[in-house]
Amino acid sequence: MKVLVGVKRVIDYNVQVRVRPDHSDVDLTNTKMAMNPFCEIAVEEALRLKERGVASEIVAVSIGPKAAQEQLRTALALGADRAIHVESENRLDSLEVAQVLARLVAEEQPGLVILGKQAIDSDNNQTGQMLAALTGMGQGTFASRLEVTDGEVRVTREVDGGLRTLALRLPAVITTDLRLNEPRHARLPDIMKAKKKPIDSRGIDTFGLAASGYLRLERVETPAARQGGSKVASVDELVDKLKHEAKVL
Amino acid sequence: MSILILAEQHDGELAAGTAHVVAAARAIGGDIDVLVAGEGVDAVAQAAAGLDGVSRVRVADDAVYAHQLAEPLAELLVALADDYTHVLAASSTTGKNVLPRLAALRDVAQISDILEVVGADTFKRPIYAGNAIATVRSSDPLKVITVRTTAFDAVADGGSAAIEPVSAEVSNPSSRFVGEELAQSDRPELGSAKIVISGGRGMGSGDNFKLLDGIADKLGAAIGASRAAVDAGFVPNDMQVGQTGKIVAPELYIAVGISGAIQHLAGMKDSKVIVAINKDEDAPIFQVADYGLVGDLFEILPALEQKL
Repeated sequence: MKVLVGVKRVIDYNVQVRVRPDHSDVDLTNTKMAMNPFCEIAVEEALRLKERGVASEIVAVSIGPKAAQEQLRTALALGADRAIHVESENRLDSLEVAQVLARLVAEEQPGLVILGKQAIDSDNNQTGQMLAALTGMGQGTFASRLEVTDGEVRVTREVDGGLRTLALRLPAVITTDLRLNEPRHARLPDIMKAKKKPIDSRGIDTFGLAASGYLRLERVETPAARQGGSKVASVDELVDKLKHEAKVL
Repeated sequence: MSILILAEQHDGELAAGTAHVVAAARAIGGDIDVLVAGEGVDAVAQAAAGLDGVSRVRVADDAVYAHQLAEPLAELLVALADDYTHVLAASSTTGKNVLPRLAALRDVAQISDILEVVGADTFKRPIYAGNAIATVRSSDPLKVITVRTTAFDAVADGGSAAIEPVSAEVSNPSSRFVGEELAQSDRPELGSAKIVISGGRGMGSGDNFKLLDGIADKLGAAIGASRAAVDAGFVPNDMQVGQTGKIVAPELYIAVGISGAIQHLAGMKDSKVIVAINKDEDAPIFQVADYGLVGDLFEILPALEQKL
């Protein structure tokens, strides 16, 4: 079974973003970028499926600027067999990404597509569900456990209030939650070897999407800062302030 | 404008989040219908009909909707969407699962986790773990939106909407429900509790979370946790507060042994009053805390419980 894994290049999760002075967007110039943490979990799960003999080939896909090839090289170093890069310098909506992925699904015919549950930049949490809709596949979102059996994948999902297990007919779309696995690190020899693995790069214009931009970004602001608070010296003082100053007890 | 809200339900009861989504719908304006889909949902429909501002409750009672699976719910919403300009749901695991599927089937965008209604087509939403607020405008004929429930006050009860059945031929060959494990708790639900007390890695072990129980009981508070505490296996993941867990905005949030990483702050920094208890006086949590207490939580927590 072939597994298609989505990978997004995003700001490193430790970096505090800055809003541009003209409020047009956040400023990402000279910012450290990395693979979206949920995508790392998706790649790791694909690797484990291959190690268990469930997956035969892993194809990593990224849609984004030329620099997104760095993240594809990381996926290749970790063990993906080949990569597809769809180059687009513009900001894309989740639906546009899902449309491109749907085309690649039609072309590659994977048994499973694994994506992260959300990207830590847009915080949308939409692409996997949209891809499932466009391809008519079942969806197993926020997965914390996967088990592929005959023609089916059992997915345990993290839901409000606990865990819920579904069985999906293959092919299916899975989105990863944090506790699905602990991603491994790429080893130096594998990073060197990954340089020889193929990346098929194409322009997004070859996908013939409708006019881009479903949503218009009008303005980006910094959220209102909280008033700096004070430190209290004792439990007595804390309880007194909560009762009489903040009046929340 | 005509708005359809997908009702949120748990264990045959209307979930608290729906009343907050109705408030967001009222800010948009227009007729508001609520869709209750499930199996044996009379009580949910009655509760939804009582929410202020709701004009009609549409009920799809069928085994195919029994477990709120995304595939049949999205198909049902597609069948109903022609009557509406907006479809809304809470930004819960159900809303986040179903609405993007509807949006793609209708070839429109989905707007996630709105904090504010600027106009009927313009909304504010957080990006980058809440470190920036984006204003986005949709020119789609149908706006598909999930609502951050903590950003809108719940509407009151007192309405008496009409309840009407809907019929739609919906099948679901691609997924089926296998089972669930729900965490049992007598405490208020984390997302809607007025007071939340959370523990982090500084708690040291799962057993030490018992130190929070007595305080939570006295305050009627829910107990939460940071991702570090969940990843360390101290507590189950449905207690996690943060960008990747639950977003809370209670009147009082007490963070115990939590350093205050970006991902945690994203889940609680809109709380009205924040208290931090931490032995490291340089912990970033103190920058957002209204009241900070530096010290050993193993001494402070029993003392705090005694004083309440």
